[in-house]
Amino acid sequence: MSESTATLEARAPMEARLTQLSMQQALNRALDEVLSTDPKTLVFGEDCGQLGGVFRITDGLQTKHGDTRVFDTPLAESGILGMSVGLAMAGFHPIPEVQFDGFAYPAINQIVCQIARMNYRSRGTLPMPITLRVPSFGGIRAPEHHGESLEALFAHVPGLKVVSPSDPHDAYHLLKYAASRPDPVIFMEPKSRYWQKGDVDTADGGSLTGARVVRPGRHLTLVAWGAMVARCLQVAELAAEDGIDVEVLDLRWLKPIDAATLATSVGKTRRAVVVHEAPLTSGLGAEVAQLITQSCFDTLKAPVERVTGFDVPYPSGDLEDEYIPNIDRILLGIQRVLEYRRG
Amino acid sequence: MDSILPAVGTADTAPLGPGQLRELYSLMAAVRYLDTSAVAWQRQGIIPGYAPELGQEAAQVGSAYALDTARDFAFPTYREMGVARAMGVDMVAYMSTHKATWHGGMYNPPASRLAPIQAVVAGSVLHAVGWAHGQTLSGEQGVALSYFGDGASSQGDVHEAMNFAAVMKAPVVFFIQNNGWAISVPTERQVAGGSVAARAAGYDIPGIQVDGNDVVAVYEATRNAFAHCRQGNGPVVVEAMTYRRGPHSTADDPGRYRSLDNERIDAGVDPLERFRKRLLAEGEADEAFFAAAHDAARAEEEAIRIGIEALGPRPGNEMFDFVFQETTPVLENQATRWREESEHV
Ligand SMILES: Cc1ncc(C[n+]2csc(CCOP(=O)(O)OP(=O)(O)O)c2C)c(N)n1
Repeated sequence: MSESTATLEARAPMEARLTQLSMQQALNRALDEVLSTDPKTLVFGEDCGQLGGVFRITDGLQTKHGDTRVFDTPLAESGILGMSVGLAMAGFHPIPEVQFDGFAYPAINQIVCQIARMNYRSRGTLPMPITLRVPSFGGIRAPEHHGESLEALFAHVPGLKVVSPSDPHDAYHLLKYAASRPDPVIFMEPKSRYWQKGDVDTADGGSLTGARVVRPGRHLTLVAWGAMVARCLQVAELAAEDGIDVEVLDLRWLKPIDAATLATSVGKTRRAVVVHEAPLTSGLGAEVAQLITQSCFDTLKAPVERVTGFDVPYPSGDLEDEYIPNIDRILLGIQRVLEYRRG
Repeated sequence: MDSILPAVGTADTAPLGPGQLRELYSLMAAVRYLDTSAVAWQRQGIIPGYAPELGQEAAQVGSAYALDTARDFAFPTYREMGVARAMGVDMVAYMSTHKATWHGGMYNPPASRLAPIQAVVAGSVLHAVGWAHGQTLSGEQGVALSYFGDGASSQGDVHEAMNFAAVMKAPVVFFIQNNGWAISVPTERQVAGGSVAARAAGYDIPGIQVDGNDVVAVYEATRNAFAHCRQGNGPVVVEAMTYRRGPHSTADDPGRYRSLDNERIDAGVDPLERFRKRLLAEGEADEAFFAAAHDAARAEEEAIRIGIEALGPRPGNEMFDFVFQETTPVLENQATRWREESEHV
């Protein structure tokens, strides 16, 4: 955005910059603006063109920006990601989509061995400004492989950055931000939140680089990202009825994790519960717990708790509600932390 | 050999002149010296490992000679030393990868038009397609030259790449060096469908087999493929039939899967010797020229060896410096911790 546009928008009346959008609309608008402002951006994947993507995130973009900027590829994830590497080498800014999280697996070789390493391998001469959009996590009763939580897997890979927005405002700004960066970003869209509306201030994204306190509180910090943020906010409301003042921290960046904001929050509340949909073992909850231990060991009143999915393959729709952390399980996690007594 | 490429009548299809033929020979000689020396360096402990290309000089030099470094881009694997040399890449920087100095090599890929050395077989074949499609999108005339082996052709990425390239009409030449072996597995146990070139038909891509030991034939096939691509006709598959004469790598023992006798029979005539005889017979070069070419190759090899030996280890901080364009606080902390601990020791 140029200086003058920024000033103009800042001066624009509040109602012009504040709008109600679903996350789907927010992401669509972000892509539209990125395509309009950066002629090197390309949006592509399976069914991204005429159909606008199975989640309609790219709806109308091909009509507006043409079928060289927004296009359908053959149905091959490794092909999509491998082609992105070459396009980045040719000076483009690819924004590829894999249709569903589980179908990133066929492209893991290209993501891990190529996208994540090309800048390193080439000593910084071949940057990979690729934003890989991955509709992520469960909650929509989809068939197998249509709901997975790959954040720990991606975050573990050197050379990748990982982010997940939790509401339309952040979706809009974080996608624009990610697409403007020179490094590869895995952009994990919580698909169960695609249709939820929220306020979007198009002019002011605020700080986009770290974690964000979405609800301040005194007694305990709930750490979450993606779709779990909204659930944690619900939990906080319910807990408040019992006089428990819960702070909710939206991590947003899963690589790199904003350890400072985490430390500030838990340093204040002295208790923490990490909530994620991914399986427990070697999940990001462990990373978060360690970061908290390191910065808040002396003040912590209880060990960090984790409320997560289980170490089972992502279950079928009928069992989904048993798998994804629900309100009761999160409340129980909170209870365990609050009732902890040193032995 | 078979060519189903329509004849292209452009200026760059003129036959090679005497100067170019001699240049090809000089390049092959330089590559031969450096290649055999690199194996010796490994034995002497100068470098930890190397993937030789003995017998593939014609395939590598001939194909790379068709490339225009002002506009084209080559995507190698780990065995394309001859390609790098023919393209004029800084050879100390190229060989540094075998010294374990830096994965991918120390040369500058965008400037030299050679992608980093690639250890994942078929890893870069799709990159070539993406880069080539980028040429189409920006209205440029560049062609991507993608190198891989008969073993690599079994990888799914090669099939995805050929299909993508054909659907998008991407200007990419898939250049297969079929050297008869993928480590210990011979081509007949590796490639179904007759040949890699034959598979091209399934994607409606012209597929050519060429005698990979004939440097001029390789050059002409590649040049025609480039012309085909530049005219907007989409990709071409060129399969150069050659033979990997020595081991797969300096860690390999070919005696476990083939005998020396078989090796001699299957390898055919040495491509360098064959070209020398041809130049002599056609009167394009004389013994004095060959002697001078070999002296130059020897001197060059020596200069590269001195350069390689002089290469010290990289400063440890570079380990952190090139992970991202924009580093992260986590990585900065790790770099700081590394520095403190390494100074402490
Ligand atoms: C994806 C992958 N799998 C396995 C290997 C180990 N490996 C290295 S070279 C090689 C054989 C490759 O044969 P080919 O493609 O014919 O090339 P050549 O070595 O003969 O030049 C194998 C199996 C690898 N580098 N990459």
